[in-house]
Amino acid sequence: MSRTTRLSSSLLRAAAVTGVAALTLTGCGSGSGSSSSGSGEVKVGLITKTDTNPFFVKMKEGAEKAAKENGVQLSTAAGKFDGDNAGQVTAIENMVAAGVKGILITPSDSKAIVPAIEKAKAKGVLVIALDTPTDPESAVDALFATDNLKAGELIGEYAKAAMKGKTAKIAALDLAPGVSVGVQRHNGFLKGFGATDKDVACAQDTGGDQAKGQTAMENCLQKEPDINVVYTINEPAALGAYTALKAKGREKDVLIVSVDGGCTGTQAVKDGKIAATSQQYPLKMAAEGVKAVATYAKDGKKASGYTDTGVTLITDKAQAGVTSKDTAYGLENCWG
Amino acid sequence: MTATTKPPSTSSPYAELKAPTTARRLLTAPTTGPLVALLLACIFFSFSTDQFLTGGNFSLIVQQVMVVGTLAIGQTLIILTAGIDLSCGAVMAFGSIVIAKMAAEGSLPPLVAIALGLVVCGGFGLLNGLLVQKIPLPPFIVTLGMLNVAFALTHIYSEEQTVTNLPGPLTALGETFPLGHTDITYGSLVTIALFLLLAYALSSTGWGRHVYALGNSQEAARLNGIRTSRLTIGVYTVAGLLYGVAALLLISRTGVGDPQAGQTDNLDSITAVVLGGTSLFGGRGSVLGTFIGVLIVGVFRNGLQLMGVASIYQTLITGVLVILAVTVDQLSRKKAR
Repeated sequence: MSRTTRLSSSLLRAAAVTGVAALTLTGCGSGSGSSSSGSGEVKVGLITKTDTNPFFVKMKEGAEKAAKENGVQLSTAAGKFDGDNAGQVTAIENMVAAGVKGILITPSDSKAIVPAIEKAKAKGVLVIALDTPTDPESAVDALFATDNLKAGELIGEYAKAAMKGKTAKIAALDLAPGVSVGVQRHNGFLKGFGATDKDVACAQDTGGDQAKGQTAMENCLQKEPDINVVYTINEPAALGAYTALKAKGREKDVLIVSVDGGCTGTQAVKDGKIAATSQQYPLKMAAEGVKAVATYAKDGKKASGYTDTGVTLITDKAQAGVTSKDTAYGLENCWG
Repeated sequence: MTATTKPPSTSSPYAELKAPTTARRLLTAPTTGPLVALLLACIFFSFSTDQFLTGGNFSLIVQQVMVVGTLAIGQTLIILTAGIDLSCGAVMAFGSIVIAKMAAEGSLPPLVAIALGLVVCGGFGLLNGLLVQKIPLPPFIVTLGMLNVAFALTHIYSEEQTVTNLPGPLTALGETFPLGHTDITYGSLVTIALFLLLAYALSSTGWGRHVYALGNSQEAARLNGIRTSRLTIGVYTVAGLLYGVAALLLISRTGVGDPQAGQTDNLDSITAVVLGGTSLFGGRGSVLGTFIGVLIVGVFRNGLQLMGVASIYQTLITGVLVILAVTVDQLSRKKAR
């Protein structure tokens, strides 16, 4: 290759790269509408596990709305995948560099994120965990989250009542090993049902994914054809289980219960695919988080401790002795 | 993309190295384009945020890219030989868990644990090299398989648990020393030193010339008396050792041993290599270019966050940049023919 071609090609590369970068930047800069800097406005950062999960999309919406109401400037970031600790660490550092007053974070790895949170706190930043507690829980200033044990208990109690004394054969479609949210919901379900892990005929991890939920249920049915109660970590996993059961013609006589309360999931409860679900409120978590940072910026008062953002059992087939609301309420308050 | 199916290049294997004057070398270097892009990005962010143009922020960016940067050095070496390594992030994650668990729970002296981690990662590199060269298998397939092996071993060995309470020496590289008004981490220096060392080895030693020659045409290199087999295995092993260093840097940065780490780092390292102007078809490029590529990604991520732009745009921009960089590479190759 001649020298001149090489020279022009590298310049061409530079021009093209920066051209597109500038175009993209101006485009998204105006889209986000928050490119003002140094205006003395209070800045709040929200870091979620991923950008794509509807739960976190809703959380972001709640934060944006609350930011407007409280007159603060919100910036958001997320890991690339569920479990991306390094990505969240980088996001914390960049937000501290940007001068945020407080950070709201849904930790991907409860333990691994702690050193980065401590560094941010040492610089006077208020750090609040949303949805998922850190390990130890005291690593953050405050926690706004669903009581996941209680969420599990509610569907456990419901399933117990709905089985009306029939012998239960339980399948558990779990999240992933070692993730506290999944462990707490699973244990809560067993507690509410009055069962132990020994009573679970088949337990499989799904990552909260519909396709993996379906595969897991297919395998469970292969192993134990007479399963009649299915606990699922969330509604995508529950819908996967429903598809697998339907293929075997078993969708009518198997009880599926779940946790989350997303709009698709709540609709599935209304359609009778899922018997009941424990609905949680990500919007509220984010809104209260933003409010807490605004308060801290105003009068230096730090939020502390655990705030339960509530959980409601949603079903259209209410059982005596178990408090629940119907899907009309559920659809009004669902997220995603 | 494999060494065996690559068409023989018409240019001399040493074409990259003929640059008589410093000025001409600078102008014609394949790193010029990426460097200009990096500078323009820096200028853009300096004007759009108050916090970008500070020493502390630049130190932060280097800290943030040191792990992927170190992986990307190994990736560059392998891509220069017309190979590719999909296993680097997973091998690093396994190395980091080995170091963390051996030191924190196995009560081995920290330095021994670190050495063990380096040996494990180097061993993965050696194994990759042997499979690529001796059977031979396409690097894509070998490292795809090794990605899964290392990923699984990481999760089995860690029992899905994050390792905390690490002894001090493991996180020493994450500590800072003041330089003027800025705090620099020791790990940043290690990464920069490795880049300089490998840049020197590639541009000024016989070994480096042989790596380029191998990437241009394995057959021509062999006929010229280069021991291609030994060279290939050596390159993969050196890359493995670099992943071991990256494992240590990762631990020092996050302060924990994290089994979930590195899951997208294989792709991130390839991104950096491509943005740095190294050809995915082998034989053309440099580790200094990769350093610039790593910084481009780091600067965009940091700058966009300072502007308050959501992180999904980082992904969007990185994707566009990669396609552009490869397009330019292809177009310039076509012109050359």
